[in-house]
Amino acid sequence: MIVLGVESSCDETSVSLSRDGKTILSNVVLSQIDLHKAFGGVVPEIASREHIKGITVVFEQALKEAKLTPSDVDLVAVTQGPGLIGSLLIGINAAKAFAFANDIPIIGVHHIAGHIYANQIASDMVFPLLCLVVSGGHTELILMRDHFHFEKLGETKDDAIGEAYDKVARVLGLPYPGGPAIDRISDQGQSSYPMPQIQVEGFNFSYSGLKSHVINLVNTLRMKKEPIDVASMAKSFQEAAVAHVMDKSIQAFNAYDVKMFMIAGGVAANRLLRQNVEKTFGDGLLSIPAFKYCTDNAAMMSIAGYYQYQKQKDTATMALNGYSRLNL
Amino acid sequence: MEKQVLIKDLAEMKQFAQSVSRFVVPGFVLCLSGDLGAGKTTFTQFLGDAMGIKDAINSPTFTLMKIYDHQLPLYHIDAYRLEGVGSDAQLEEYIYGDGVCVIEWYQYIYHSIPNDCLVIDIEWVSKTERLLRLKGSGMYASILKNLGD
Repeated sequence: MIVLGVESSCDETSVSLSRDGKTILSNVVLSQIDLHKAFGGVVPEIASREHIKGITVVFEQALKEAKLTPSDVDLVAVTQGPGLIGSLLIGINAAKAFAFANDIPIIGVHHIAGHIYANQIASDMVFPLLCLVVSGGHTELILMRDHFHFEKLGETKDDAIGEAYDKVARVLGLPYPGGPAIDRISDQGQSSYPMPQIQVEGFNFSYSGLKSHVINLVNTLRMKKEPIDVASMAKSFQEAAVAHVMDKSIQAFNAYDVKMFMIAGGVAANRLLRQNVEKTFGDGLLSIPAFKYCTDNAAMMSIAGYYQYQKQKDTATMALNGYSRLNL
Repeated sequence: MEKQVLIKDLAEMKQFAQSVSRFVVPGFVLCLSGDLGAGKTTFTQFLGDAMGIKDAINSPTFTLMKIYDHQLPLYHIDAYRLEGVGSDAQLEEYIYGDGVCVIEWYQYIYHSIPNDCLVIDIEWVSKTERLLRLKGSGMYASILKNLGD
């Protein structure tokens, strides 16, 4: 079965073709990151315009690289949400047009299901499994007892981990996106600034307190005209941020009898998190997506789409719509 | 019309959000300002709760807007990432739409904000206390008269 995946929820326009939920035949990603850098974040109006400019080219390129024609495609799987509403709608409408013109069934897939299924590309999922989803908009622990069976054990009560990274980076004068910038500069620092203990019930997360602590600390030091060791501040923050997701993951891993641990989402590219996960869960079954499948891409959507279709068998109509918020 | 309200604790903030919720109508625009940690998202959580929204409301910073579909939909916008941008046509579709729009960091998209709106500036007084500076013109001026007394 050939699945064509489409992803446009944020600032990446991407189309991918895969075979039987395993082999990636092509994965074309057009990133707008350089355009948004000037503004320190994604500007919705610019993002939408860029998606419109790029989407047809990306469709054509993905088919060409996979050496396929539209008639070879058995299913179209498009990101339905969550994301920037204007950006989502461009991918959805392009996918609908492609599906309608070529008489191919279409399904809407949850963006986070895509991130989780990025793990299925390199290794096979073994159930039950625990997946830590970490990105700019999400921090969640998901228990899976079978394909496309998602049980949310906990989520962030306020800010997502990637958002805290971005905001702290901004206060420290580091470039956007903040995650890789903090990760890199941490190598040159010491964890010399004390950070607060994060307290939150169950398997939930909270990053608002840690974020505010760093921002207040930086502002206070600046007011007193005292020097700030940016690398050490970044390292101190990053260690506290990663420790929080590790603590909750270990608790959940022990509370449920799971066979496999996985991470997913953009922050899964973070080196400190990868090291910690390997150290803690490396003795058992562990899956960490390749760097190129951590950030937004359509390959993961096409793999997730394959499994969603196998499991649920139903397809969408041309009324398929996008949602800024969507439950997994 | 302007006025100030001193909020002593979280319970009072909740009460205040409930009183605001009595005045919301389609097209209602509420602008929130205040430093990181002032309580903008907390206020929005209380307002959404008072409007009868059952889903958890958390930060919309990353997607810039979260839509809570309801009898009267809530559009929760956070323009934090749009410093120096000034306006956004995409967001305007919702700001001038028929839901209730709460906009954090509204100064960053000043040109997309309607002339008449309710502005609440949240100022940190102590760990639990906040000073609310309220501003409103047009229909919001008459709403202000009934708020916080």
